[in-house]
Amino acid sequence: MLQIEQEIKSLKEELVNMGDLVKAQLHKSKLALKNFDKNLAREIVIKERRVNGYELKIDRDCENVLALRTPVAVDLRFVLAVLKINSNLERIGDIAEGIAKYIIHTETKFATTLLERSKVLQMLEVAISILEDGMASFEHENTILARSIFLRDEFLDEVNSQAIDFTKGYLVEKPSEIDEVLYILSIIRKLERVGDHVKNIAEEIIFYIEAKVLKHNKDLQP
Amino acid sequence: MESTIIKAVNYNAYFGDNQVVKNVSMDIARNSVIAVMGPSGCGKTTFLRGINRMHELVPSAHANGKIWLNDEDILEMHPIVVRLKIGMVFQRPNPFPNLSIHDNVLAGYKLNGIKLSKSERERIVEESLTKVALWKEVKDSLMKKGTFLSGGQQQRLCIARAVAMQPEVLLFDEPTSALDPISTAMVEELFKELKKNYTLIIVTHNMQQAARVSDKTAFFYMGELVEYDETKLMFTNPTDQRTQNYITGRFS
Repeated sequence: MLQIEQEIKSLKEELVNMGDLVKAQLHKSKLALKNFDKNLAREIVIKERRVNGYELKIDRDCENVLALRTPVAVDLRFVLAVLKINSNLERIGDIAEGIAKYIIHTETKFATTLLERSKVLQMLEVAISILEDGMASFEHENTILARSIFLRDEFLDEVNSQAIDFTKGYLVEKPSEIDEVLYILSIIRKLERVGDHVKNIAEEIIFYIEAKVLKHNKDLQP
Repeated sequence: MESTIIKAVNYNAYFGDNQVVKNVSMDIARNSVIAVMGPSGCGKTTFLRGINRMHELVPSAHANGKIWLNDEDILEMHPIVVRLKIGMVFQRPNPFPNLSIHDNVLAGYKLNGIKLSKSERERIVEESLTKVALWKEVKDSLMKKGTFLSGGQQQRLCIARAVAMQPEVLLFDEPTSALDPISTAMVEELFKELKKNYTLIIVTHNMQQAARVSDKTAFFYMGELVEYDETKLMFTNPTDQRTQNYITGRFS
């Protein structure tokens, strides 16, 4: 195996591991929110340092491949895609940490009704699922799976677009839960951004494999 | 709009029965830089040497098809006339060792028996050396031997010798493979300047050089022109798998 092939293989493994780590962070944030588990939330905050460390390591490895191997064609697209996917994963990691911090700072447990009616847990499930498929499509170079993400992200957009009406309606009914409702609103906003990050990841995977630029081009997206 | 200066149409070149360039057709735009790359023995140098009729200097070598220079078929022209219009620079700097820098620049005129007045000679020497960014470095030592210069300077002197004949096209056969990185960078910078007045065709094994200096790149393999496209495209998204394998180093 050529040196560049070995380095690309190792970059791929690192990014898959980074994806697993971020996915675990998001999954834990869902459990911590559902069970109001402050200990788990603290664990997420501590593990965020590992996500940041991983991001720096992958960036450095990409820099080395660019400087020392001068990749071209599919290799170049791969390294460029890894750089961008890495950055998007790190931001999803930040979002998991942000959710954890809300749980740590909230004094009262989130009401089950609030969690159900806001659809925030469903959003988390969708976010975790599309992230999982996004990273699987990267690992197995499956652009069909990557393309499926563009449609599945719509649920996150939909809940986000209804969030203000939901918040107003819920507060009229239960004004005493104002702090919790506002935290949930913020989490909904964050989860909508997770959808955007995973879409960015899908675009990078398609760029790497098919050399097609989908970014800012709605016509090419399903 | 860019105009075509060289147009190869179904060009074939042979050494005896061995066909080394197979049915190559390509258009080369005026004032562009074309990189020709491919593994050893792919026919790229033979194709380059075919463009100024040097291929046939080898016993048993022959060629057919067409290569148009503007509206003249190179294969029908007198080889000397072709070489006046299409200059060539080789892998190793080859200034005439017994001639001064000054006389090296004018060697093409002397060898072709073209008489020049003193003022013409001085003008051509200064202009040619200026075009290759060598004038300032050698203007006070024009009567020294060409071999007195460093390798990079000698190669620029050889380019000046080609430029002095006011060709339309310059062919380069691995022009920097014998040079250090600094001299290579200077020659590459020179390509940008030369492009304003000439069309450059460069055979190179250095893929990064092809990427840095050329507008279009041609990839040859086993005598065939596999792919010929914008250099940016060739190095980011080549169409042919053989090109991709070659430029990414996965060629077996």
